[in-house]
Amino acid sequence: MNPVNYLYLAALLFTIGATGVLIRRNAIVVFMCIELMLNACNLAFVVFSRMHGNLDGQIIAFFTMVVAAAEVVVGLAIIVSLFRSRHSASVDDASLMKL
Amino acid sequence: MENLIALLIAAPLLGAAVLLVGGRRLDAVGHWIGTLLSTASFVIGAVLFVGLLGRSADDRTLIQHLYTWIPVESFQADVTFRLDQLSMTFVLLITGVGSLIHLYSVGYMEHDERRRRFFGYLNLFLAAMLLLVLADNYLLLYVGWEGVGLASYLLIGFWQHKPSAATAAKKAFLVNRVGDMGLSIAIMLMFTTFGSFAFGPVFGHVGGTSEGRLTAIGLMLLLAACGKSAQVPLQSWLGDAMEGPTPVSALIHAATMVTAGVYLIVRSSAIFNAAPDAQLVVTVVGGVTLLFGAIVGCAKDDIKKALAGSTMSQIGYMVLAAGLGPIGYVFAIMHLVTHGFFKAGLFLGAGSVMHGMNDEVDMRRYGGLRKYMPITFITFGLGYLAIIGFPGLSGFFSKDKIIEAAFAKGGTEGWILGGAALVGAALTAFYMTRVMLMTFFGEERWRTGSGAAADGHDGHGEPHPHESPGIMTIPMMVLAVGSVFAGFFFNLGDRFLHWLEPVTGHSEGHSPVSALTVTGATMVCLVVGVAVAWAQYGRKPVPAAAPRGSLLTRAARRDLLQDDFNHVVLVRGGEHLTRSLVYVDHTLVDGVVNGTAASFGGLSGRLRRLQNGFARSYAVSMFGGAALLVAATLLMRAV
Amino acid sequence: MSQLAAYTTSTGEAFQFWVLGTVAVIGALCTVFMRKAVHSALCLAGTMIVLAVFYLANGAYFLGIVQIVVYTGAIMMLFLFVVMLVGVTAADSLKETIRGQRWLALLCGVGFAVLLLAGIANASLKDFTGIGRANANGNVQGLAALIFTRYVFAFEITGALLITAAVGAMVLTHRERTERARTQRELAEQRVRDGKHLPPLPAPGVYARHNAVDIAGLLPDGTPSELTVSRTLRERGQVRDVSAEALGDLKALEQRAEERLERTAVEPATSQRPEEAAK
Repeated sequence: MNPVNYLYLAALLFTIGATGVLIRRNAIVVFMCIELMLNACNLAFVVFSRMHGNLDGQIIAFFTMVVAAAEVVVGLAIIVSLFRSRHSASVDDASLMKL
Repeated sequence: MENLIALLIAAPLLGAAVLLVGGRRLDAVGHWIGTLLSTASFVIGAVLFVGLLGRSADDRTLIQHLYTWIPVESFQADVTFRLDQLSMTFVLLITGVGSLIHLYSVGYMEHDERRRRFFGYLNLFLAAMLLLVLADNYLLLYVGWEGVGLASYLLIGFWQHKPSAATAAKKAFLVNRVGDMGLSIAIMLMFTTFGSFAFGPVFGHVGGTSEGRLTAIGLMLLLAACGKSAQVPLQSWLGDAMEGPTPVSALIHAATMVTAGVYLIVRSSAIFNAAPDAQLVVTVVGGVTLLFGAIVGCAKDDIKKALAGSTMSQIGYMVLAAGLGPIGYVFAIMHLVTHGFFKAGLFLGAGSVMHGMNDEVDMRRYGGLRKYMPITFITFGLGYLAIIGFPGLSGFFSKDKIIEAAFAKGGTEGWILGGAALVGAALTAFYMTRVMLMTFFGEERWRTGSGAAADGHDGHGEPHPHESPGIMTIPMMVLAVGSVFAGFFFNLGDRFLHWLEPVTGHSEGHSPVSALTVTGATMVCLVVGVAVAWAQYGRKPVPAAAPRGSLLTRAARRDLLQDDFNHVVLVRGGEHLTRSLVYVDHTLVDGVVNGTAASFGGLSGRLRRLQNGFARSYAVSMFGGAALLVAATLLMRAV
Repeated sequence: MSQLAAYTTSTGEAFQFWVLGTVAVIGALCTVFMRKAVHSALCLAGTMIVLAVFYLANGAYFLGIVQIVVYTGAIMMLFLFVVMLVGVTAADSLKETIRGQRWLALLCGVGFAVLLLAGIANASLKDFTGIGRANANGNVQGLAALIFTRYVFAFEITGALLITAAVGAMVLTHRERTERARTQRELAEQRVRDGKHLPPLPAPGVYARHNAVDIAGLLPDGTPSELTVSRTLRERGQVRDVSAEALGDLKALEQRAEERLERTAVEPATSQRPEEAAK
């Protein structure tokens, strides 16, 4: 098997995640889809690392994870405060610039 | 001595400022302040005149530089005064006659509660006129020019409670604006042509300038002169300006406003000498106006309007003379001065008559007044003899010279212009005799019962004609003396000619007819005019109601249809123009603007749907954009 | 470890890829299409575990472990925590509200996938070095060597980023109290002023049998009173209705009594609620 197949898998997962962002209205699910996209990228980096025979790809993936962790913390905080003010976690409910 | 020049203007300007700012507490003495300062200006003028006489003929130009008004690169506007023989003549006329009119006004306006303001305006008028004639450059002259326009507006509309006076003031102002535009264009042309508008540089550079340029400048100056001097085609304001108090009419007609145009042309003689086409137009305008004014004067029953027509006609003479070039400049100014005397006297006399007749102006309700107001009769009569050119009086000398000069122009033009001037002389004799006869001779038509509608006029009932007080008659007497002797005095040894020659230049034309013939012809015209007038108004009683008259008479009563012409051509034309412009504006301009706005509105209405506020919608566009970027990258790689 | 350096992978890895790859895709699809957020989160966790296995298979041992510990362990738990906070049973309606959104999204998704796959297929990925040599001194040691030398700045900056994120999250969720908290006395006075519920709110539960907090107390006519349930449960729609049960019990009790007393059945007309009569 050619390791390029991993890349195809990563592309597929990324696209599924992106489509999910567009389709789902629940902010938490949207957020999960974003995490899915990040993970797909990580997979691609790891595979590239293997292809090129150095560890830089893995370092990038590692940093991505750290940044994703930070992003999740802030993003979820936003979702919680949004839910608190609107009693809803739907992204469509926040379609006006004021409450 | 130069330093006195600014004082000439400063005195009346100070008077105007004090009287207009001072308020009611000056009501009691205001008229005397005005008269005093005007007289002070005259005294200063006299001192300067004596000073000038003490110098040699070539050294009689005094320049006083006050300060630089607008120093911008080559645009150097100085406040500089020039006093030479020409300005001196005007200064003496303006301040002299002006002071007499001030004095007269003290009596005439005695019962007017706004007398102080009136004197303030009179002083302002004098100051503006002095600035006009003393300026050493066209820009400063323009300031005085506009000042005269403003003062005339204020004075003509002095009795602003009368709608007719307010309208007349507006009319005078608007018509003058047309002329002012001409002057401002002329100044701009001068600046682009000569790089300056001071008299010295402008006249010095005339030689090297194309004739077309000079003709354009000359025609613009003529337009300006037409506006101020009430020449055809900008003459229509003069008759209506009679709505102002009579001293104002005297001031405008004799000493100040209308002479400004003649001054401008004579002052710009260097330009006109180099532009014969412009000169020809000037003579044509003068000739047409002198006949126009005379015809109007023949038909008017309003004494002031008859005199106004006369002024128009006499100014026509001066403009005609000024257009003749060096052979006429001196006589234009001479006639201007003598006219200043007798026309001021005539107007003051008319004012005196009105004063005694409850402000009645219709000559058909006068008659036989010589018994009741003898001084007015005598002074008015002397003015009358002077204006018709009775031998030995001022008008005779000055007018005769102009007619001679017109013939001396030579060629067909000379014959036409001279003929027009002769006809004008006859007409002058006719209408002035008519005024004289209708006012002072014949039946006493003002008596109730004899007049048609004399009763109840102005609520005064039957008037009680009486002589005016001394303060009014003294100026009239002084002016009468001037009317009688000025011409003779000026002509004695060609005194006036030698006085003005260094400024205006002079040359004797080659008249196809001898001077004696011209004088004879003038006399014949004079006698014919007087005789016809006598036949019509002296032998027969004057009907109290104006007869229907011939077509020409009726037209002349309507000022030869000048207002109708203006109305039809300018007002109607303007209305049609604006209406069509409004139509174009509504359909084309608004259509384009509104169409653009509507199309943008429609487009944005559709585009707005993209901005629905849903984050997911925006995410779709982002994602689509990313897909396109990937596609573009792949395409670039494939290529 | 040596086989990782090979140009192609082993059959075992290929098998593992095809099996687990399918699981990952299905998990991802489920994440997107599950109606309940909890289910989505669980599916995502599954996908992430599969990805962790793939990391391990690709020689990224450290990342594989971190993926499981940090991602599946910490982050996904954070997700579940928030899901619980927001409402675990609140199902997301899959009906689209924005016109054309779903079709556009699918079109873009398919187009993007096709382009991406084509791009990968088009790329010249012939060189395949393998991770073996890089991992020769141990994967963690290799990563550490890189992180603390070449990427030390990035590493430090991520530290700053994490702190910022932590502070940011606190700021976002912290609510400043702008007015003084009302005392009990003031609350009581407010109640008197409003004229509603002067006494304390009724307690939940019906008789002694049901004292669970999500069961509404019954009014004398047998209808449930929403007031007795806490507001949070009410807003989530998690109130259990046991009124019918109670009425049924009552009916059964009466019937048994009648049988014992040998009486004819009497319709309990008065005790029947209008809605139930309609049913």
